[in-house]
Amino acid sequence: MATDIATPDTEHPVDYIHASKGLASWLTTIDHKRIGIMYLVMMIVFFFFGATLGLLMRLELIAPGNQFLTNGAYNRILTLHGITMIFLFIIPSIPAVFGNFLLPIMVGANDVAFPRMNLASWYFYAVGGLFAIISVGLGGPDTGWTFYVPYTATTSANVLIPILAAFILGWSTILTGLNFIVTVHRLRAPGMQWSRLPLFVWSLYASAWIQIIATPVVGITLILVLLERILQVPIFDPAIGGDPILYQHLFWIYSHPAVYIMVLPAMGVVSEIVPVFSRKTIFGYKYIAISSMAIAAIGSLVWAHHMFTAGMADLARVVFSLLTFLVAIPSAVKVFNWLATMYKGSIHLRLPMLYCLAFIFLFTIGGLTGLMQGALATDIHIHDTAFIVAHFHFTMFCGTGVMFFGSLHYWFPKMFGKMYNGTIGTIGFITFFIGFNLLYDPLFVAGFLGMPRRYADYLPEYTIYHRISTIGSWIVVASLLVIVGNLIYAYFRGKPAPKNPWGGATLEWTVPSPPPTHQFAKTVHVTHGPYDYSNIEDLHE
Amino acid sequence: MSEHVAADSALNHDDATVHPGVPYDPMANRIGMWLFLFTEVLLFGTLFICYAVYLHMYTWQFEEGSEHLSVWAGAINTVVLLTSSLTMALAIATMERSKKEWSIRLLNITLLFALTFLIIKAFEWGGKFEHGIYPGSAHLLEDFTKGENVFFGLYFTMTGLHGLHVLIGMALILFVRHKIIHDKVTRTRISWLDNAGLYWHLVDLIWIYLFPLFYLIG
Repeated sequence: MATDIATPDTEHPVDYIHASKGLASWLTTIDHKRIGIMYLVMMIVFFFFGATLGLLMRLELIAPGNQFLTNGAYNRILTLHGITMIFLFIIPSIPAVFGNFLLPIMVGANDVAFPRMNLASWYFYAVGGLFAIISVGLGGPDTGWTFYVPYTATTSANVLIPILAAFILGWSTILTGLNFIVTVHRLRAPGMQWSRLPLFVWSLYASAWIQIIATPVVGITLILVLLERILQVPIFDPAIGGDPILYQHLFWIYSHPAVYIMVLPAMGVVSEIVPVFSRKTIFGYKYIAISSMAIAAIGSLVWAHHMFTAGMADLARVVFSLLTFLVAIPSAVKVFNWLATMYKGSIHLRLPMLYCLAFIFLFTIGGLTGLMQGALATDIHIHDTAFIVAHFHFTMFCGTGVMFFGSLHYWFPKMFGKMYNGTIGTIGFITFFIGFNLLYDPLFVAGFLGMPRRYADYLPEYTIYHRISTIGSWIVVASLLVIVGNLIYAYFRGKPAPKNPWGGATLEWTVPSPPPTHQFAKTVHVTHGPYDYSNIEDLHE
Repeated sequence: MSEHVAADSALNHDDATVHPGVPYDPMANRIGMWLFLFTEVLLFGTLFICYAVYLHMYTWQFEEGSEHLSVWAGAINTVVLLTSSLTMALAIATMERSKKEWSIRLLNITLLFALTFLIIKAFEWGGKFEHGIYPGSAHLLEDFTKGENVFFGLYFTMTGLHGLHVLIGMALILFVRHKIIHDKVTRTRISWLDNAGLYWHLVDLIWIYLFPLFYLIG
């Protein structure tokens, strides 16, 4: 594949990156694009921090017995890995970075509805991240990212700071969601009807609703845990009258919908990229949009499938199992629509498209293995095994993580005005794909054979699976370094990007790369759908 | 600085120099506030779920626990808070008719009611503390049942969180009062006052549920 060639765009007004100089101008900005970039920078740092912790865990698991970590240290690293990756990376990733940057442009607005509140969300995120770092300094919590009581109420490790971190990050999520909903309702440009909204906007809209509905529940629940721990307020600890199962319900009422907060935006990005690189309008626009809302709605009602072995009425288990199966329907609608979009299209296998194909392939595996846990009988067998670990890394890391990098490669020219080296990027991508499968495929097998999750040690018969997995983790980290290194190099040395390098029809491709601070000097009048390529130049080959 | 020189505020673009790209939009401010109130309802909703679960689990213990609360104090506070909602609504109504002075006066009265509520609440809590009833106290753990312990745990948590919301509401009213005095909130730019009113009514509404659930089940 040739390096992407671009013709520079000459009629630039000053772009948002160079609009003003100095750190202070960034820290006080209310420009949604700059806020998106600030999220991006912090998120990449936290992502590599979390990845390093994951690497340490894999290294410990290279052979049976304790290698270099005590069981206690392993628990802490495991917990920090979970908290960092979930609260600081995956939940905010695509909405906070790409949603912030692109949602206003895609609906034809100059900013989100409440720009100052948008900056406040970033500060909540930064403070939450700071708390997470402080908690590392204090030795880290050892409760797992789920903070189950009564252990969390009694452990000697410091859990105050990480719980506060999760609480504060929750407010960041809520405010971002609120901002997006109001923006979509009130700031669409003339002619931007609901049926002309890009599907990425639809998915952000749907996940914003989950953010608003689910996050307050976990916020207050975590505060209750702290009250119990610090002031002995009896809520969840059975020793003083509480009910620990109630905690699990309240926790998962948030944390299951949260996985849709993570994955819906990723699905939205796939719906953007696939038609562009298939040169064909999206198949079943309306059904993809509806399926986003359906996932948000049904996904809010399935939480108790995390608790099939925790103690629950049989009728409740059957109902939750059924609802869990129902979520597969709108998810499958999306997959079939993407495939139908590609069918008889003129497919260009550029990097963003490769990421989408990887997403569709890997996420399908993640989704189908999820159904195995939704089924009551099989769940009893695989509950709390490495199978679960493999499953949720397939959906989260391979779903959202892959599309985070897919989005980065798709919108990088728009965000930074530079083209990256496609060949090196593709090498990084292929290495990642191989490494990823080596890392998680064996865990499915080990889990099915009985390897429990969250254990620092294991029986010798699992050695082969763990060893392959650990080798896979090295390949993944190496590939990530190539991928991110390639982009950083492109930012400094890349060729200037044209306005519309991929031939997209959504509004962000009508503004300069990178866009000026006020992208739309004049009000836009939208006259065609987001995937209408009849008047769009083809891709630059 | 070619940055956004203009200022705009979180829930209300009230200054003359608004964000050039984002116009003052009372409807957007209102939708934003309602969504925020929605999150507040869910926050308290979680606590109400806990209450429902434990009421089911410890029915007679909750009734016993409720006997220890003063119905009179609760009833007076209900009247106080309901009246404050009325004065708040009147403050908005007068502002809509451009009667700035009246609006400020009514906000002052609202603040006074809010303060009264908190003082009565403080006496109630203080009384409980004096009798050795507070979370983790030896008296509560040894001389009461687990169910009553949970009852008082929820009582302190829920009325405490509600009290915190009263305080935040008062701060918000003070802030809006300041804006009215400086003509930053007027008949045509009323979003801040409107939204403060919505918030205050929510605080009131939550109390309307707290009162019977804790004071009247005995």
